[in-house]
Amino acid sequence: MSPGPAVVAPVSHSPATTLFDREVVTSRPSRGLEQFFTYVRGQVGLSVLDFAGASQENINFITNLGHRLYSEDFVRTLDDVFGGEDPNDQANQGRIDQFLRQTLNFEKDQFDGVLVWDVLQYLTPALLTATLEKLCTIVRPQGYLLAYFHADEKARQVPFYSFRIKDQKNLLINQRGTRTPAQIFNNRSLEKLFQKFESVKFFLTREQLREVIVRR
Amino acid sequence: MSIFNKRPEDVPPAPRPAAAPPSNPIEAKKEATPLSSTPFKTPEPPDSTRGQASIGKAVKINGQIYSKEDLYVDGDVEGTIELQEHRLTIGPNGKVHSSVKAREVVVLGNISGNVDASDKLEIRKDARLVGDIKTARIIIEDGAYFKGSIDIVKPEPGKSSVSAPPRPQSAPVPAPNAQVAAVAAEVKR
Repeated sequence: MSPGPAVVAPVSHSPATTLFDREVVTSRPSRGLEQFFTYVRGQVGLSVLDFAGASQENINFITNLGHRLYSEDFVRTLDDVFGGEDPNDQANQGRIDQFLRQTLNFEKDQFDGVLVWDVLQYLTPALLTATLEKLCTIVRPQGYLLAYFHADEKARQVPFYSFRIKDQKNLLINQRGTRTPAQIFNNRSLEKLFQKFESVKFFLTREQLREVIVRR
Repeated sequence: MSIFNKRPEDVPPAPRPAAAPPSNPIEAKKEATPLSSTPFKTPEPPDSTRGQASIGKAVKINGQIYSKEDLYVDGDVEGTIELQEHRLTIGPNGKVHSSVKAREVVVLGNISGNVDASDKLEIRKDARLVGDIKTARIIIEDGAYFKGSIDIVKPEPGKSSVSAPPRPQSAPVPAPNAQVAAVAAEVKR
């Protein structure tokens, strides 16, 4: 059962994001998370990349499984490189290259899994294509991605979350405000998006958040 | 050559007061306090700096730092820092562009480089660490920025931090590696 909203420290302002004065933290089950860690359970010494930025919860959970964690604050770097006001900048090839150097400068097949969370929906098509190509390179064959997409196709603003792992089946989701998605995806468009990967599995949740497990 | 490669005999002795005998035994005790353990005067020294060497925020160092006592860095360091069985604290004004190795590392400022903390690493709110981490335990506060990898290395049995030598409080003779504090004090003057 989810506890009522909890209030934690105020957050700083980011130009691409309309932030609440205070974060709202809720707990929710996640089938996608459960599936992701079912795949990597029983193994140790795997390399997992986390796009949520560093948090005590994610560090503890992943390292306690015996895995090596790589932390990357993807949205923060996105805003640092492109700013938040003009999404057309995301089509600038020079900036795309700079962004990929800052966020995904890893070796081929380096990762066994990537916790992508909901960041892909904030990328315009050119940047998204380049990011997925890079992800396809740095994730080893049979490796997994866990990605979330808002399912409301008419939404102009979507909740902006930070994701923390409570346990293998539950997430702590901090809604920090709202953010304008660059694209909204349905199942068909998601299949097309990940067509270079081996398989895509969907879980639709009650919060209109589509959870996707992608196998390389 | 790094200023920290000086042999102990090359380091000038800590200044002593005039030959006049102290007026009371308490003052005589103060004289015996080693320089490296004397609290370094900064505008607002945190209590935690007591009993450890300190590099003030106006100090910039290029080179290698090796210390056999705790170290507080609030200035700029480019090079390497190695403290073995001791604690390294990077103050809120500290900027370290180097690899760091210590028993315990506390970051309030900025580190660009790999961190090897055999016992514990703390990354405090508003701190920034870009580099790969190897440690037994990690504590990261909300608001801290970290980019890199984390390797949790459990300490070998019987090789825990408990075996670390006790921190000297007010030893009668100067610590052998008091160079860091001595240099910092010289620059400050």
